[in-house]
Formats: sequence, C-alpha cells, structure tokens
Amino acid sequence: MEVTREMIAHVAGLARLNLTHEEIEKFTPQLKEVIEAFSQLAAENTTGVKPSFHPIELKNALREDSVKECISQEQALRNAKHKKDGYFKGPKAV
Amino acid sequence: MKTEEFIGKVKSGEVDIVEYIHKVIEECKKINDEYHYFNKISEELALKQAENIKKNPKGKLAGLPVSIKDCICVKGVETRAGSAILNGYKPEFNATAIEKIIKEGAIIIGKTSQDEFGFGSFSTNMGKGFQKPLNPFDKERCCGGSSGGCGGIVQKASFPHISLGESTGGSIVNPASFCGVYGLCPTYGRVSRYGLIDYGNSLDKIGPMAKDIKDIALMQKIISGFDKNESTSLNSPVDDYSAYIRKDVKGMKVGIIDFGIGESIDEPVRNKTLETIDKLNAKGVKAEKVSLPFSKKYGIPVYFLIAASEASTNLAKYCGMRYGASSELNGSSFNEYFTKVRSEYLGDEAKRRIILGTFARMAGQRDAYYIKAAQIRTKVIEEYKRLFKTYDALISPAINILPPKFDEIDKLSLLQAYTIDALTVSPNLAGLPHLSIPTGMVNKLPSGVMLTGDHLQEGKLIQLAAALRKE
Repeated sequence: MEVTREMIAHVAGLARLNLTHEEIEKFTPQLKEVIEAFSQLAAENTTGVKPSFHPIELKNALREDSVKECISQEQALRNAKHKKDGYFKGPKAV
Repeated sequence: MKTEEFIGKVKSGEVDIVEYIHKVIEECKKINDEYHYFNKISEELALKQAENIKKNPKGKLAGLPVSIKDCICVKGVETRAGSAILNGYKPEFNATAIEKIIKEGAIIIGKTSQDEFGFGSFSTNMGKGFQKPLNPFDKERCCGGSSGGCGGIVQKASFPHISLGESTGGSIVNPASFCGVYGLCPTYGRVSRYGLIDYGNSLDKIGPMAKDIKDIALMQKIISGFDKNESTSLNSPVDDYSAYIRKDVKGMKVGIIDFGIGESIDEPVRNKTLETIDKLNAKGVKAEKVSLPFSKKYGIPVYFLIAASEASTNLAKYCGMRYGASSELNGSSFNEYFTKVRSEYLGDEAKRRIILGTFARMAGQRDAYYIKAAQIRTKVIEEYKRLFKTYDALISPAINILPPKFDEIDKLSLLQAYTIDALTVSPNLAGLPHLSIPTGMVNKLPSGVMLTGDHLQEGKLIQLAAALRKE
C-alpha cells in the first residue's frame, strides 16, 4: 500500500486524531520511510510459524466471580471534570 | 554513604530522617531547575512518609529516597507518563511495585521525566509542556530514554537513592548506559504491571536503576513476585538476588553477540565492551562469539510494529472523559469531542505511533505487518532460548554510540532514531532480563555494556556485574 497524505490522514481519523496540515506534511514522509523499511518482513517465510503475542507462554488467569470491594463512586469520579449526579458526563450520543 | 549503611543509620536514629528528607527535596529542586529530571517532586508525600519512618523505622528500605518513572501510578501524586493528555491525573491507588516499596519503608521523592508514554530512546519526545532531561555529564547531550529522568537523578543525586524505571524496548538499559549507572530490566512478568500505565502490554517491565549493583539486587527482590491483580504476572519463586553478589563467576560462559562488536558500533563503545570481556576472562569466564540472525535482521521492524500496535490500542482510552485533560462539551458529538482532546494534547511521537500501530492492525494490512511481526517474534525468542542452553549470559553494548548531542538527535530521520534501539529491542521482544553495567568514562562521557540472561536468570547477571565491580 502506498503511503500518501490521504492515507495518513485516514488512518489518523480511524484513531480519532485530526491532523493539522503541518502534521500531515511532517508525518507522511517520516512514516513512509518507516513503513517501507518495515515491509522487508514480507520476504521472510513464516508459513506454519505460531505468532507470539507474549514473550512467555501464559495460561488464562481466572478468579472466582465473587463480589469484592473496589474504589468508591466518589473516588472513581474524582479525576473527571464533567460529572453529574454520580455519573461521568460525556458528549452527546444521539 | 552506601544504601545499606544509610538504612542502618535511619533505623538506629543516627540519621534524623525528617531533616534528611527536607535536604533531599531541596537538592532535588535545585537539580531539577538545571537538569529537568522530575515531572513532579512529591514533597508532601515524602515528608509525610519521613514522619512515619521516624516514628517507626522499619523495613528493608527504611527511609531510602526512591524516585519513580512518571508512568508508574503513585496514589495522590500527579502521574502523567510524560503526557499532557494525563494533566492533573492523580491515581486513587498505588501500583503494586509502589505498594511493595512503601511497605519496606521507601520514601517517594518524585515522578521522573520520560519520553511521552515511553515513546523514545533519547528522552527528547517529550509530551506537550514537558522539559527534556539533560545529561548529568554534559548538558548539551541527552540522558537516553525513555527512563531518562531516572538515569539522570540516579547519577546526579548526592544522597543514597534508587529509582524505579520502566522498559518496553530498552528504556532502562539505554538511559542507564547514557548516564553511567546500573539498570536492570527484569524478565517479563517478574514484576507486576498493575498500576503501570501501558505502552505495550506484552513488552512493559518495571525495573530498578542505581549506582551500586547491591542496590539493584536489593530493590529487584522487593518489587518481584506474583500479583493476583495482574494476569501476566509470573507465579514462580523469587530469587535472593543479593546472594549472587558474592558468588564466584569462574567457569561461567558468556556469548559475545557478534553484531554488538561489529562495524555499526562506535569505536570507544566497542573498545569498552572488549575491555569488559577481557576482565571477565581474567575472572575465569569463558567468552565466545555467537550470532542472533533474526534479531539482527528483523529486531527493529518486529519491535516497532508490535509495540506501536499495542500502544495504539492502549492509547485509545484517552478520550478526555474520566481523567486527565478534557475540553468543553459544548454540544459536540462523541467523535468530535474525543478527536478534539486527543489531537490537542497528544504529542508528535504519540500520534505517529498511534498511526503506525493502527495501520499495522488494519484490515488488509494486519497479516502482512502485525501477524507477520508476531511470527518472527517467535523466531527471535527461539534463537535466544537455543543460546541459553549453552551460555549463562550474552554480552553487547546497550547502544552503539555514546550519549549524543541534542542537535545530532534533531538531524536523525524517524527511521534512524528507531534504529538506535537495535541492540535492546530483541531481549525485550523475548522478555529476557537484561542489565546495563557502567564501564567508566570515555571522552568525558559515560559508557556501559549490557548483559542479557535467560528468563528468570537475573541472579546470574547480577553475579557477573558484581565480579566486574571487584576489579
């Protein structure tokens, strides 16, 4: 895939970033160089190789589904600027 | 004063810890004005902790000043991981590592400066409004990254001190090397990540940085261990790392990573590495050249694709609603609001890594980039595991250069800057413990070598480092 200004702006948008004109001009050649260099991975035959999503094999860590104490509602809201009636207040959904 | 002696004096009452911590805070403020090692000096907390220690001087770290990389949560102390998007965030809980050191009587003096979320090798990718830390030996040069503030304050502090850093792709050994101190990045899962602000979940590790290998051993034991709050935490017994300090190294086998002493390594760095190998030889350690072809060829792309992929999902939670930076709601829609906050408060490198990671995981690209990288990661892990059947540790420099000047860093392309991590990304991909050991000064700048060990073999690295110290 060719790395273009449009593609960079599109991918940024998917990640909820609105890039300025200057940012697009700056990031596009930088990321183009990086992505093109990283495309070298394609040359390596990995047929049948299991991907590693962790460096050490991990087992599922499960616990009893029992009620435990956690931080209070007041604590949970303490760091939020927008709140109302004990809830987070967010932007309009509909 | 050595750490052990200091803690003894705190316990005996010979050191008035409250008075002492007052002086420590004053010194930190003075250093910070000049070198920018702290994002926040936690004066209030430190003095409160000192009062408690004075009344009840107990614990293996009684009264010891400890600094904490900004990405590790400390209850009630502004914790931002070096990012403006977390401006004002005061955690309601301590990270497990913090709980453990507080229980042992540590005094938390502040949150250290870093590349935003750990995205860098020089501590120059600072979040908006943050100042970059300056190298303790030359203010025109960097501290390394991303735990740059930790490295700087460990080197510069006149008081006994240990710092807790964090590494995703080399962020402990790199600044340790550039600042001339020890830094241990432990095995993945050895130290709980609970309360650590994520960069890449499958890569992040908390580890100690200090001026003395004894302090590394002391701290590593305290912060290690299983944590039921953290699903990737390892449930295996914790070694007594301090016991390795006195162990003989005769008969140990070390593999010299061939590209670690190759052409891409600057001459003074290569010479220091070869000198260290000679010193180990003189102690009866057998050393021979080994190669890691997958790490050499693919380490950088595999690391950056995986780390950026994980980072791009981890950073999705910063939306300006529950904590940190926010904006006016003003009737904007969900997407408009989140986009506004993220675009305004995230820095350049955070944006680039989000774009790179989102790209690598996108439909149509995922198999060629993210999955491919994860498959080659398997091969990287396998080639290390093969070598550890023969060798106790591998040796190379942590970085191929001495600490560079800021104007030299500015001239690097993005790809060149990423490539600086060539020697450190692979042990991080494989979750292997690695330790940076200071090797003295060259041209008035600090240098270091890196030892890498098999999973959970931190003890052997400490053993070899201690043997070099006795030289």
